[in-house]
Amino acid sequence: MDQSQITDRLKARFGERILSTYALCGQEAVTILPADLVEVLTFLRDEPELRFNMLMDVGGVDYLGYGGDGEDEDEVRSHRFEIAYQMFSYDLRHRYRVKVAVKDDSVEVPSLWEIWRGANWMEREVYDMFGIRFTGHPNLRRILNHDDFVGHPLRKDYPITKRQKLSRPIDHLLTDKQEWA
Amino acid sequence: MNTPKLPAGVEPVAQSEVTETLVVNIGPSHPITHGTLRLQLELDGETILRAGAEIGYLHRGYEKQSETVFYNMVVPYAERMNYCSTIHNASAWCYAVEQLMGIEAPARAQAIRVITSEMARITDHCVCLGANMVDLGALTNFWYLNNVREKMLFLFQELSGARMMTNYPRIGGVVQDLPDGWITKLRQAMEDMQGLVGDVKSLVSNNRIFIDRTQGVCPTTKERALNFGWTGPCLRSTGLSMDLRKDQPYWGYERYDFKVPVYQNGDTMDRLLIRFDEMEESRKIILQALDKLPDGPHLVDDHLVVLPEKDKVYNQMEALINHFKLVMHGVRPPKGEIYSFTESPNGELGFYIISDGSPRAWRVRVRPPCFANYSAFPQMLQGAMVADVAAALGSINIIAGELDR
Repeated sequence: MDQSQITDRLKARFGERILSTYALCGQEAVTILPADLVEVLTFLRDEPELRFNMLMDVGGVDYLGYGGDGEDEDEVRSHRFEIAYQMFSYDLRHRYRVKVAVKDDSVEVPSLWEIWRGANWMEREVYDMFGIRFTGHPNLRRILNHDDFVGHPLRKDYPITKRQKLSRPIDHLLTDKQEWA
Repeated sequence: MNTPKLPAGVEPVAQSEVTETLVVNIGPSHPITHGTLRLQLELDGETILRAGAEIGYLHRGYEKQSETVFYNMVVPYAERMNYCSTIHNASAWCYAVEQLMGIEAPARAQAIRVITSEMARITDHCVCLGANMVDLGALTNFWYLNNVREKMLFLFQELSGARMMTNYPRIGGVVQDLPDGWITKLRQAMEDMQGLVGDVKSLVSNNRIFIDRTQGVCPTTKERALNFGWTGPCLRSTGLSMDLRKDQPYWGYERYDFKVPVYQNGDTMDRLLIRFDEMEESRKIILQALDKLPDGPHLVDDHLVVLPEKDKVYNQMEALINHFKLVMHGVRPPKGEIYSFTESPNGELGFYIISDGSPRAWRVRVRPPCFANYSAFPQMLQGAMVADVAAALGSINIIAGELDR
């Protein structure tokens, strides 16, 4: 199905709950609130003409300071984070993107682990990188960074040059004891 | 049963029914992981009761790094993500940026990308199969397959100057045309490869040890594969046919005649054997692409994207300014976002790029194929034996550089 038709279907079904729609580079997407996420995605999965049965990717975005030059009024967003869910239908071979607007890290997003097991690690990565928490996730721990890591590195206010101290410094390699003598 | 006669005053020892489970660590640095992965297994004897996987040992902050440099500077990073099929990753990145900018590489560049990325697929499958067979105790195959890989790496070197990290694709095409005599050498390599890969396939596919070690080991069902977001050879080994080169063709893949091999059982054996068939199909694609190789430029004619030729830079003011502007201010895609996907040797490699109109991407999200594949691994191990870990881990071909980014 054409992506614009999918957008129309979603708008007809969910109406006001679709916050915004956009088409960029030939791809369309809708933005919704976290509370509607499970309902929208299960609608996409169960509707016979849509059948989005694969969750390809979950990726967070931090919009802190986006369009900061103030040239474009539309770019000023009321939410800081977005999570993009890339959907794919194995049966019908079409794609769609659903984005969730997350105001700040106090907002919890429902986990999709119950529906797609693949969401497990992908959501853990979003939590690790952006600090967004997922309710109903079975094991919400850091995945790529170590457990002692402080902060969330893909946030825009995390400087790329920042160093993290190891909890236990590795300084025992050179000793005064003459172990080689 | 006869009870042995005990001396007077000695109580018989009660036979305990309680057994203890044993927790074993594999990795992060272990020969079978071929990278840095850590597994923790809870064993009852030799049987795995529970398994857990920890990743991130090779996390280098690829996504964060990509947000701080110009689009063209990401090409080498993209290659270093997957060190088995470097050139495919770089081409996929360039393709994603091209889609974001609404430009298309010339036909010749697209054909060169098809050729090089199929060569990368052969290389990747050779490494996967060869290394996994070493884990299973079959060292001979490794040398045979490494021979094929060596031929490919030699050709990459002729093409770009580097064996693995080619830095050859560019946004808008490829950096230079094919060198003289390269096509002849590639045809010869394809001929040699057919013999070597055929030898290996006949060595293993009827081999009793190989069959015993892999048949029915750690199988995955169709439903579970879809549920976990599996793609690539691993998904196709479960009886599902999904290949982006066929479904949503890019780089002119619709011009070539090839089959998508599908296996039915989804066990370790099928995940390995399917790669032999895919190498054969890649060989066919390469030969067709060489036959149909179009003439014309290898870079798009757009001064906002492509650096001018060197002799023009040295002799013309406009070209010099153009060169300076591109190097200092970079390629600037318009505001927008794209999820671009290609069929990498391991499955769907997705680049989700958000551009704010500046020369640096606002957000680069990579969807590595291994990530989804490996997240199913702990569940696959339940009920398997310890020795199966080696066989199954190699068969899903985890590239730690791509998994951890």
